Amino acid sequence: MEVQKTALYNYHKNLGAKFVSFAGYEMPIQYKDGIVKEHISTRTYAGFFDVSHMGQFFLEGDETLAVALEKIIPADLQSLKLNHSKYSFLLNNEGGIIDDLIITKTPKGFCIILNAACKDNDVKQISQILDTKHKYFLDNNLSLIALQGPKAVEILEKLIPGVAKLKFMTGDYFKFDDENLYITRSGYTGEDGFEISIPNLKVEKLMKFLNENKVHPVGLGARDTLRLEAGLCLYGHDLNEKINPIEANLKWAIAKRRREEGGFNGWEKIKDLITNGSEKKRVGILPEGRIIARENTKVFSETGDEIGLITSGTFGPSVNAPVAMGYVNKDFAEVGTKIQLEVRGKKHGGKVSELPFFKKSYVK
Amino acid sequence: MSEKRFSKKHEWVSIEGDTATVGITKHATEMLGDIVFVEVPEQGKSVEKEGQAAVVESTKAASDVYSPISGEIIEGNKSIVDDPGNVNSDPEGASWFFKLKVKDKSEFDSLMNKEEYDKFVAENPS
Repeated sequence: MEVQKTALYNYHKNLGAKFVSFAGYEMPIQYKDGIVKEHISTRTYAGFFDVSHMGQFFLEGDETLAVALEKIIPADLQSLKLNHSKYSFLLNNEGGIIDDLIITKTPKGFCIILNAACKDNDVKQISQILDTKHKYFLDNNLSLIALQGPKAVEILEKLIPGVAKLKFMTGDYFKFDDENLYITRSGYTGEDGFEISIPNLKVEKLMKFLNENKVHPVGLGARDTLRLEAGLCLYGHDLNEKINPIEANLKWAIAKRRREEGGFNGWEKIKDLITNGSEKKRVGILPEGRIIARENTKVFSETGDEIGLITSGTFGPSVNAPVAMGYVNKDFAEVGTKIQLEVRGKKHGGKVSELPFFKKSYVK
Repeated sequence: MSEKRFSKKHEWVSIEGDTATVGITKHATEMLGDIVFVEVPEQGKSVEKEGQAAVVESTKAASDVYSPISGEIIEGNKSIVDDPGNVNSDPEGASWFFKLKVKDKSEFDSLMNKEEYDKFVAENPS
């Protein structure tokens, strides 16, 4: 398959980005500043991320569209208010997670932001549950820029007045350069900020403005350290088709009405797990000292029994310590439980921790 | 400091008397990015030429550090274990990884000199 590039590829290149192949795209992993500086500047000022590799999937239809989508998405889509967003997932028949996503109610239907590596399969899965009168398309003419950090609102308000009024997990259309941009107050870094859906032809103009306001670009490297500190899952690592939302500690993302009424893929299994608990559970893990427990690090109990596996682990620049998450047996999932981590053949101490590792307050 | 020699795995080594000092090159730190964890060998440990001797981790990944020459470890550099970021700021100076007692000086002589190493890096960009 040919390697794909976002509309900003040359822009990244000129900024000295190092590229990495990610989900079929050549994406910047870091720029000249490096991951730690990019991470810290996002937490203390603002940073922007080119996330145009993600799928912007639009669905159009009448009220039957929400009903149809509820078969595969366990959010309460029938009562989702216009311009409101929810974090949710696509489920298979066993309740496994096909992808995690953000779904927003638009005037014509819904917009779903899908992971790049999953988007083609997602579209296939979703199209199978739709009626012929529902329309759908992945819009490849749009870029997606995330502006994240404590100064994000102040900076974007200067360019696009009105965005400051958006509450977290809501969106709206805003005028920019004769275009109608859909902007949501959201993100995946644990910071306040926006995701801006903008035509490919206009995206460099937005970049120019952000540069003038000293907002630096942030690569996938820091995006990973930021989301992990914020306790957020990365699909393909912390979530996959064999993991269900209860194990993943994402029960909160299944709407209350849906938990009671069911009617979505894997509900029988999920209902059983809600009542009886799951065998394993996703937890935060803090290694002792500076040892980094990366993905696939084995987790042991204090008495030496193997109890789980790390699914994401790195050094958290804002926590200033190594951070990780993974799945452990339910008996060891309580916060504070001491565990051991096998790194390079040696066991090192650690403990089950609360998530997120780094707390921030969103604007509600 | 005395003359440095370089390995293809991007370690440098310098020798004074029968003591060798080993670290990673500036080029290596640029490839690794921000260094956040370092593990150095314990005193008394024997290391072989091109054998794994230390560990360095950046925000991105973990990498082994190999000893360019054989010998017995005299000392690991505590200061980079306590503050791994120092490796990025002074990789070919104060942020050496370990010192060892040289077993065979000819191993040192067979390594690349500065000019050869720079050429090697230019021809093998990563």
